[in-house]
Amino acid sequence: MAKLNINGTVRDVEVEPDTPLLWVIREQVGLTGTKYGCGIAQCGACSVHINDEVQRSCSIRVGDVQASDRIITIEGLSADASHPVQKAWAAIDVPQCGYCQSGQIMAAAALLKRMPKPTDKDIDEAMTNICRCGTYQRIRAAVHMAANGTSRT
Amino acid sequence: MKKTIRGKAAKLSRRTFIVGSAAASGGLALGFNLPGFGSAVAQTASEGTEVNAWVLVKPDDACVIRVARSEMGQGTITGLVQLVAEELECDWKKVKAEQVTPGQNLARKRVWGEMSTGGSRGIRTSEDYVRRGGAAARILLLQAAAEEWKVPVGELTVAEGVVTHTPSGRSSSYGKLAAAAAKLEAPDPKAIKLKDPKDWKVAGKPMKRIDTADKLDGSKIYGVDIKLPGMLCAAIKDCPVFGGKVASYDEAKIAGRPGVRKVVKVKDTAVAVVADTWWRAKTALDALPIVWDEGPNASVSSASIAEQLKEGLGASVSNGDRQNGDALKAIETAAKKVEAVYSTPFLAHATMEPMNATVRLSADKAEVWVPTQNAEASLAALSEGSGVPLAKCEAYRTDLGGGFGRRGGTQDYVHQAVEIAKELPGIPIKLIWTREEDQAHDFFRPISQCRLAAGLDASGNLTGLHARVSGQSINATLNPAGIVNGKDRRQLQGLWAEPGDAQLGYTVPNLLIEYVMRNTHVPVGPWRGVNTNQNAVYMECFMDEVARAAGKDPLDFRRALMGGHPKHLAVLNAAAEKGDWGKPLPAGVHRGIAQFMGYGSYSAAVAEVSVSDRGQLRVHRMVLALDCGHAVNPDQIAAQVEGSVAYGLTAMLYGECRVRDGRMVDLNFDTYPIMRLAEMPKVETVIVPSGDFWGGVGEPTISVVTPAVLNAIHAATGKPVRQLPLKNVRLV
Repeated sequence: MAKLNINGTVRDVEVEPDTPLLWVIREQVGLTGTKYGCGIAQCGACSVHINDEVQRSCSIRVGDVQASDRIITIEGLSADASHPVQKAWAAIDVPQCGYCQSGQIMAAAALLKRMPKPTDKDIDEAMTNICRCGTYQRIRAAVHMAANGTSRT
Repeated sequence: MKKTIRGKAAKLSRRTFIVGSAAASGGLALGFNLPGFGSAVAQTASEGTEVNAWVLVKPDDACVIRVARSEMGQGTITGLVQLVAEELECDWKKVKAEQVTPGQNLARKRVWGEMSTGGSRGIRTSEDYVRRGGAAARILLLQAAAEEWKVPVGELTVAEGVVTHTPSGRSSSYGKLAAAAAKLEAPDPKAIKLKDPKDWKVAGKPMKRIDTADKLDGSKIYGVDIKLPGMLCAAIKDCPVFGGKVASYDEAKIAGRPGVRKVVKVKDTAVAVVADTWWRAKTALDALPIVWDEGPNASVSSASIAEQLKEGLGASVSNGDRQNGDALKAIETAAKKVEAVYSTPFLAHATMEPMNATVRLSADKAEVWVPTQNAEASLAALSEGSGVPLAKCEAYRTDLGGGFGRRGGTQDYVHQAVEIAKELPGIPIKLIWTREEDQAHDFFRPISQCRLAAGLDASGNLTGLHARVSGQSINATLNPAGIVNGKDRRQLQGLWAEPGDAQLGYTVPNLLIEYVMRNTHVPVGPWRGVNTNQNAVYMECFMDEVARAAGKDPLDFRRALMGGHPKHLAVLNAAAEKGDWGKPLPAGVHRGIAQFMGYGSYSAAVAEVSVSDRGQLRVHRMVLALDCGHAVNPDQIAAQVEGSVAYGLTAMLYGECRVRDGRMVDLNFDTYPIMRLAEMPKVETVIVPSGDFWGGVGEPTISVVTPAVLNAIHAATGKPVRQLPLKNVRLV
């Protein structure tokens, strides 16, 4: 049994404590926007926010999460895809297949919370999630757009 | 081109079509009535009036356009919808897309044509009939207005879904006209005159993708996200050595684990565990002791395969060739001779979404939910495995979390899920592979080596060229019928003579190109851009070596051989110009250039790189030129080119699947790294739309990425790179 605060709702889940948070979010809680890609914290498709910091949920045991920890998934980032990162992603048509993009958006949102005007170097260091479609150029442009509130030029 | 708007099929469609209605005749029932299946691209057939197979109009004037090809990120849904909408003259702001199922396609005599999505064919081989589909619907809607108003159809105009009769001041919208239009006789598609692309207003424009919204908030449902009532989940391990099988397993060791429902032996080679959640299935499988009979291949290694290929470089028999003149003699008698041997490794696709399929076998029905590049192959696999006749099978396609050629014809994961589901009748079984299983049981990009030799005369002109590729054949694994009289043309993709959709862009007075088939036990298959990727590395890097030996500029040297290949040359020139070839560079930065053709399109690239004193590579900028004929969506073409750079650079920098003890060694992203954002160069895309043919977009430009960069490295270090990936190479 674990008590989890996900997207502002506290839930009790029946699960073995060594289950990765990713799979609890996907299977017990039923929020499937957070994705499995590698299971070893390499790809970042499973990125969520825990207390405002981006974390790779495939490598966090649910038993190590406290009820007081605030977990935000892609579904809870905004009510209507209105977060500046989501709006910039839409404006630039970042996604291709889209599978990694929940994680990319969560990583970008966490970066901007910590660092509202990141440089290219900051983006290089923070945006380490894998995108196999290769949307990196647009991700970089969209992070800048979200930071500056500017439109694409 | 296949004729698709046939009289009979058109008659079938001339009625209002309500979704999910049992009316839709057995086997036609449209799937995907899943709770929470919200999507910008409708997965349930929408309510509305079907004007013809391609177009359904809603009362609010929204036009639902049917798409048969699979979307895996390449933008084919948006592009195909643009082409239909262009001819339909509907309101782009009210356009929606809907994907058809293979069961529907079969029941309607393949009215939507081929569903297979690969080889960069999505648009180029369906543009004609989808445009005719849109035009036919427009003609019917106009005819309906003409009959209602009793005016000649020639007096009508249409724009954005509104039909106007100016003389009488009347107008009506598609939503109001659709019911009457659906009752009319469809026009002969052959008689329809399509718009001149010069007049396009929607096609040819950088429209935003129509399938982005649900990729931003986590609501898009991929195959791994499918939820069905009563569903169980499965994890699987196939024998790690290809050709081996299951000897035994000790089910008692996992008895009593939470949630575990069943252990299933799958086709002699694999074991699956079924549980209430996937994580419980996966961990129980990890805990299950399995003894493998590894079979005859358990001692094969990368080194033994390399020896096998090397032997092929000198073998007396070849499995495919093209020649003109006498290359061997020309090289032997040349003033100067250049030789090199190149090699490229096995590569995995590494789609972000691992292989998966969800299967439900009921008493009289078989269903699969699957991310697939070939929904008809999925349907066939389902029917074949379950024994349920095709007419009682249906495949519901989810968007793909990456495809890259992995999710095409093989459908191995569907076959597995069917075998598991057979043991649990009536229960939906969702099979998901781990990343490790995905890396262990891919159909890999073929491994090969290439020996090249060239002869130069005293003035540095190329007099003879010989290339011999020794490596594995995709056809031998997947399509033996493609090997004719021992010759396998496919492995020489990009080196073919004209005509063809992957022609060598050089004319050489004495030319010999050979393929020697050397197959291994590792299964191989299409991989975004095969075999142009490997062949472009061989040909284009060697061209630079030869140009260097001739003392000539690599661009000038190529141009001299390309007079008979104007399209290749135009694209090379476009890349050179936009890429500032010959202009000064900052200290330490060097350029490389390459051109190649594949998938019906012409590509060229200029790369700017630097190599530090410690051998650290930095790719600063890449300019890619592409002539794909008609450019349906320039912004999405740019997106594909940007993605192709990342896909190509990942292969060049890191891509290598090693074999040890008969099995794949690199099972996750720790040892099979994928390039990340920090390594992405600035990419500039130059579209050179010659506008007189239809070429592919998803794959062709990958081929020039690696050779352009390797040639720039050669310029920087003075040393050629002949082995990939670069992670194994000391650059200085």
